[in-house]
Amino acid sequence: MNLDDIILQAEQAIAEAKDPAELDQVRVNFLGKKGLFTEQMKGLSKLPKEEKPKAGQVINIAKQKVQKLLTERGELLRAEVIKQQLAAESIDVTLPGRGDELGGLHPVTRTIERIESFFGDLGFSVKQGPEVEDDFHNFDALNIPEHHPARQDHDTFYFNPKLVLRTQTSGVQIRTMEKEQPPLRIISPGKVYRNDYDQTHTPMFHQVEGLMVDKDVSFTHLKGILHDFLHHFFEEEVEIRFRPSYFPFTEPSAEVDIMGKNGKWLEVLGCGMVHPNVLRSVGIDPEVYTGFAFGMGVERLTMLRYGVNDLRSFFENDLRFLKQFK
Amino acid sequence: MKFSESWLREWVNPAISSDELAHQITMAGLEVDAVEPVAGEFTGVLIGEVVECGPHPDADKLQVTKINLGPDYNDGELADIVCGAKNCRLGLKVAVATVGAVLPGNFKIKKAKLRGVPSHGMLCSESEIGLSDSSDGIMELAQDAPIGTCVREYLDLNDVTIDVDLTANRGDCLGLKGLAREVGVLNGLSVTEPVITAVTPTIDDTVAITLSAEQACPRYIGRVIKNINVNAQTPLWMVEKLRRCGTRSIDPVVDVTNYVLLEQGHPMHAFDLAAIDGSINVRFASKGEKLVLLDENEVTLSEQTLVIADDNKSLAMAGIFGGLASGVTSESKDIFLESAFFAPLAILGKARQYGLHTDASHRYERGIDPELQRDAMERATQLLLEIVGGEAGPIVEAVSQENIPAEKTVTLRRAKLDSRIGHHIDDSTVTNILTRLGFTVTEAGVDADKVWTVVVPAYRFDISIEVDLIEEVARIFGYNNIPNVSPKATLAMREQKEAQLPVSKLRNVLVSRGYQEAITYSFVDPKIQTQLHPGQATMTLPHPISSEMSEMRVSLWTGLLQSVAYNQNRQQNRVRLFETGLRFIPDESVENGVRQDNMIAGVLSGQRSEEHWDIEKAATDFYDIKSDVEALLSLTSNESAYTFSKAEVDALHPGQTAAIHKNGVLVGHVGSLHPELERKLGLNGRTLVFELLLSEICTQNIPQACDISRFPANRRDIAVVVEEQISANNVLQLIEKVGGNYLVDLNLFDVYRGNGIDSGFKSLAIAMILQDNDKTLEEKDITDVVDRVVDTLKTELNASLRD
Repeated sequence: MNLDDIILQAEQAIAEAKDPAELDQVRVNFLGKKGLFTEQMKGLSKLPKEEKPKAGQVINIAKQKVQKLLTERGELLRAEVIKQQLAAESIDVTLPGRGDELGGLHPVTRTIERIESFFGDLGFSVKQGPEVEDDFHNFDALNIPEHHPARQDHDTFYFNPKLVLRTQTSGVQIRTMEKEQPPLRIISPGKVYRNDYDQTHTPMFHQVEGLMVDKDVSFTHLKGILHDFLHHFFEEEVEIRFRPSYFPFTEPSAEVDIMGKNGKWLEVLGCGMVHPNVLRSVGIDPEVYTGFAFGMGVERLTMLRYGVNDLRSFFENDLRFLKQFK
Repeated sequence: MKFSESWLREWVNPAISSDELAHQITMAGLEVDAVEPVAGEFTGVLIGEVVECGPHPDADKLQVTKINLGPDYNDGELADIVCGAKNCRLGLKVAVATVGAVLPGNFKIKKAKLRGVPSHGMLCSESEIGLSDSSDGIMELAQDAPIGTCVREYLDLNDVTIDVDLTANRGDCLGLKGLAREVGVLNGLSVTEPVITAVTPTIDDTVAITLSAEQACPRYIGRVIKNINVNAQTPLWMVEKLRRCGTRSIDPVVDVTNYVLLEQGHPMHAFDLAAIDGSINVRFASKGEKLVLLDENEVTLSEQTLVIADDNKSLAMAGIFGGLASGVTSESKDIFLESAFFAPLAILGKARQYGLHTDASHRYERGIDPELQRDAMERATQLLLEIVGGEAGPIVEAVSQENIPAEKTVTLRRAKLDSRIGHHIDDSTVTNILTRLGFTVTEAGVDADKVWTVVVPAYRFDISIEVDLIEEVARIFGYNNIPNVSPKATLAMREQKEAQLPVSKLRNVLVSRGYQEAITYSFVDPKIQTQLHPGQATMTLPHPISSEMSEMRVSLWTGLLQSVAYNQNRQQNRVRLFETGLRFIPDESVENGVRQDNMIAGVLSGQRSEEHWDIEKAATDFYDIKSDVEALLSLTSNESAYTFSKAEVDALHPGQTAAIHKNGVLVGHVGSLHPELERKLGLNGRTLVFELLLSEICTQNIPQACDISRFPANRRDIAVVVEEQISANNVLQLIEKVGGNYLVDLNLFDVYRGNGIDSGFKSLAIAMILQDNDKTLEEKDITDVVDRVVDTLKTELNASLRD
């Protein structure tokens, strides 16, 4: 067969190949070990020596031409295959993905973590204390001796006259100051208990206690830090007022109100300068050191921040409520 | 304490509105809880007189009246009004809602006919014009009430009741006198007190007084008043003032003592003179002494309780509550009036001991002015003589002067004032504030050495040390006039223990695995808790909110399982909840006899996955929750320290429960709830729980990196058949033990029972990954390990290789 016929045949076979496998067969037929081109090359040996290079060059050119056609056709056919595969594998990307959805933290925890973060930035470390507390740490050391009228304001859950469910996180102040010397900066989040249950009270709720004791800590600092906190917590310039109040363990004492969306003041925390008797009871000299302390109601802050209307929903653990907090 | 604004304004009348007044005292530390009008909104109610009153022809309970409303009403025409009140009678002065009147609730009065008789108006009861919540019959006005006058004006009803929530330190404001003093200070106004003049005795009768407990009662003033008319009427002005301060009118004697209590802030007590044998003795109760109180309850008095006694018996609990036998009744003719100073320490906590809390004990506990007894007595006498008549005897005063609280002198230093407040309030402002507050001020020194020495008025029990004065100055200066300043502190870096796992990290693992955090009450229902933890000692609240909230939890499961039921009852069937918090285990060996362990617990129920188009439905089971527990433990980078072993726990399924130990110490459990409990708690389907001691899983190994081998790893799978009771752990631990250094990983990838495996046996397919750091393993190295493992399994566990 002459070379031109072979090329012609090859061109036709390549064009007719319908898929990469057929094309590969064509390649074998023409360029394989027993292919037509190999036959042609073998035929060179019969030619006179001086004709061999030229004839060889002609065959090579023809071979390259076929090779090129094979490559081109191969790319075309593979593209077609991919195209078909992609079409076959096409899916509905709007169907939901597989796997569990995320759960979420309780909104009270979420608020506590935010508070910890704000005060953590200022070097306040987090302390924990027991919830079943002796009357010394819950009352006496906080300048609330037995029979003090302020004790009656607490609606305390007593196990016996000496043992209570803590009514405030302030006991952690005492436990910390018993062990550590100033300068002190702590916050202590946790559960507290009052024997009161109605629309606006649950017998268990959360407070975050804060305490800073150092030289030259003053009431202006307490005001400054709480102003900053409330503005950053709500991420807006809420209207704030400091109202004189009374806690036996601080003096001066204040309650802090913020202006609610309904135009009414809402109490969110109590605070004051640590009473000298409290410092003295833990062996800190009140002539040298001063401090401030505050206790904020976590549920109240959470309700205001996230628009929760019913305090009791925090402890019902209704998934429909909880799942709103991712 | 509730008070009437117009009563306050009789004493001190600042030119500010009610709202401004309420705001002002709130910002001075006397928090106003509520401001309520003293009457409902109404118009067109006039004073009238019943001039005709007869039975209704067609109704037994109705009366037909003619009411005189004065010459200005319809040219003096009498109004025809049908009235249903029993106390409607001829000559009565009444409140008449005339035609066109509008009563509270927008109730309009129109001409009407009642059973055929025309009625042009209505005779009003107190509740109908919003003076009280309920009333019996129509209002009876005083006989001198001026006919035709508007009732609103006559009763001065354009007034509000202001309710102040007084803090425990401000006992001095538990009376109009103290409140007025405070308002005077805030507005720089002087206060006009009612004139109290000494009543001249008209009889000589006295009762002798002995103070047997002089510290507890250093001053006791008594006076006899004879021939009173207890059936006299308390005048309307007094009834109204009492009402607006939240006190109901009882009888004139009680009303006067209550009036003095509200006005002067000083408790008074009246005895029936006939009930007193001999003289008065203020003493402590003797052991076992009994007293029947005014509420008819008999109490056994403790020896620390102060009583007012006569020669034979106790008459009253001093400063707390009167006795029934010596109380003034409608039969009383002669009375003995008491005005005493009891020391706060003698009264504190006593009322509470007997479950009592009275207006008197409330004030005595906080401290009343020890100089006020005589004024209070004269004020009460004066009012009593006006209302019930009678003759007053001379005042008898027993006093132990050395036990009357001494005058207190307190010093305020400029340096302390500035450092505590952090803001300089100038000298003259400080002096002015202290002076206005009624302190007698002496100044010394200048500038930084300035010192104020003040004498504290006797009524200010709360002022005794320097910080008390600092607070007073700051309070009157105004907290909101003090600037906000950021505190300064040393920038000292704090320790951060990397090995300490923050709880937040544990929480986040569970959240990422689909758990929602719950917070349940620390006190639970003992009926449920006992089912979960029978025999476990617990702490019980003696006075809980309810019996369902009376026992301290010994695990977090009780609360969580109740939350599961709560959600299942609200069509939430796939529940994954976790909680962190304390459990409370009685333990005499620790502080306060209770171990308060921080726990992390979780509960799963419902489908393994949310319903999904491509995931087969399957109920969640033990291995789902176990994997969550394993995920928590993996945070410690110390998983090998924790082992799971089959365990039996009361609340859990005996065949599906594992105890988790850390180096031999029990750290918690994971398992399926006992099916019997699922039924009792009303839970749907399988419920899985875990609980771990946080303290045992919150430390983390700090990574110590090893070199990664550059040589290829080889995997060899073996399938071993063992008896059912041999746990996977038995097999894996043994392989690990004998595997040698080349064995770098182990994975149990199949458990097979059935065809080809005898019953009572199972086949475990295990992949062993073998690798060395220094060389590529030869086939012989590998087969050596595999052979050693297989041989050991055969000899130790009687295992055979599966063909």
